[in-house]
Amino acid sequence: MIELNLTKKLGTKEHAFSITLDTTIQKGEFVVLYGKSGAGKTSILRLISGLLKPDDGYISYEGIPWYSSEGKVNLPPKKRDVGLVFQDYALFQNMTVKENLQFAARTAGEKSQIENLIALVELTDLKDRLPSSLSGGQQQRVALARALVQQPQILLLDEPLSALDTNIRSKLQDYILKTHRQLGLTTILVTHEWGEIHKLADRVLVIDQGRISREGKPEEIFAGHQISGKFSFPGIITAIENQDVVSVVSVKVGNQIVKVISDIDQSDDLKPGDHVMVAAKAFSPVIYKLE
Amino acid sequence: MNWEPLILSFELAFITTMILLVISLPISYWLAYSNSRIKPIVETLVSMPLVLPPTVLGFYFLLAFSPTNGVGAWLESVLGIQLVFSFPGLVVASLVYSLPFMVHPLQSGLSTIPQSTREASFVLGNSRVRTLFRVLLPNIKPSLLTGIVLSFAHTIGEFGVVLMIGGNIPGKTRVASIAIYDEVEALNYDNANYYSLILFTITFLILLSVYLVNRNYQKQYFK
Repeated sequence: MIELNLTKKLGTKEHAFSITLDTTIQKGEFVVLYGKSGAGKTSILRLISGLLKPDDGYISYEGIPWYSSEGKVNLPPKKRDVGLVFQDYALFQNMTVKENLQFAARTAGEKSQIENLIALVELTDLKDRLPSSLSGGQQQRVALARALVQQPQILLLDEPLSALDTNIRSKLQDYILKTHRQLGLTTILVTHEWGEIHKLADRVLVIDQGRISREGKPEEIFAGHQISGKFSFPGIITAIENQDVVSVVSVKVGNQIVKVISDIDQSDDLKPGDHVMVAAKAFSPVIYKLE
Repeated sequence: MNWEPLILSFELAFITTMILLVISLPISYWLAYSNSRIKPIVETLVSMPLVLPPTVLGFYFLLAFSPTNGVGAWLESVLGIQLVFSFPGLVVASLVYSLPFMVHPLQSGLSTIPQSTREASFVLGNSRVRTLFRVLLPNIKPSLLTGIVLSFAHTIGEFGVVLMIGGNIPGKTRVASIAIYDEVEALNYDNANYYSLILFTITFLILLSVYLVNRNYQKQYFK
């Protein structure tokens, strides 16, 4: 269990804001930090990993204080049980894939796991290549594997998939979920990506101006209210056609385009590109057997 | 022709460059990553030798290190070193004179490395020193090479500072650049020409090799 209760002033004189956190993250939980750019999500990861020192408060893991302003404790990053994957991957460009992982290993036991980790992220064929010769997705997997070398209990991911295209992203989401479950990690992920949240998160913390403005399960947060419906799917609006009294909103759900009727007043708020939830409240679904 | 001034020049440049490399690493690291308020002042001081006439530096060294002055007297009585009109004095003056040529390339090289690279190393449990030698320096090899070569070449090209603090003592402080001046004054144009040609050729070759090596390095890492 990670307990966070802290404040930290950030920013410049003209644009100052502060992070105020008071929350608990359970062991094994997959938490997403969601919010606008500059809301303080990355800073929260930096505070937890020890790269940034809070002004006040405490951070503890399983009852052991990592930071405590009262107890004058501030463990350096290396003493905290965290693996961190940066948005730009932060691979060591002078080292090959394998050397990047070896550089992270502190003990013989960790060294012996390196081949397994490389196999886990399917990079065995590329292990002697330099990072600059790899694609974004491959570099991301190296970064993930490197963060796992020290077998951390907590995995912190800072928008690791934002620069990748949809197919690779989906595959890497599977990787992350697989390692999260296999290794029993507690994972905190920063992302804007809506589908990612639905796929991965147990709980979402919405961060606004350095504070948790809302929290809950993904569907609670993004549907605005609990729908008692039978079906709900996240999607993206591709087009809106205004007819006489209603609008026809085309929504891409998975690989299909679904047309949904909406009244014109409501569709005024919507525009192509918006993330929406398509939910059905009262109807009887029909089942076809797929041959 | 007397080879002594040339050998002295290269000896001075070599020693200066080696010492500069050691003292510039912490200075550049601090300049690249610190947010301290006094950073602009330190940056200015490091860059001063770029714009100040070398004679100004030489003049103040001469005053400071003169045995009649406090610092010079202390050095001579306690450490037994005389810095005025001596080779060690030339080294000290050259260190200050060539400092920006080592610090600037290192500083700009270090600051091009993303913050996250350093932090990734810290989170993985590495100290600043280990991070510097294993992660940062290997990634700024072109800057290191540029710093070393520019400091070396610039020290060879030193004239004003050397003349002021070193004088013109054969075998001790008469380096190649001074020797050329001397020969011209004595109307020995042939000798002056030999020295000049040798300096010209050697510095050309040194700089050329740096550009070639850096080009290959870039090809290797940034295809």
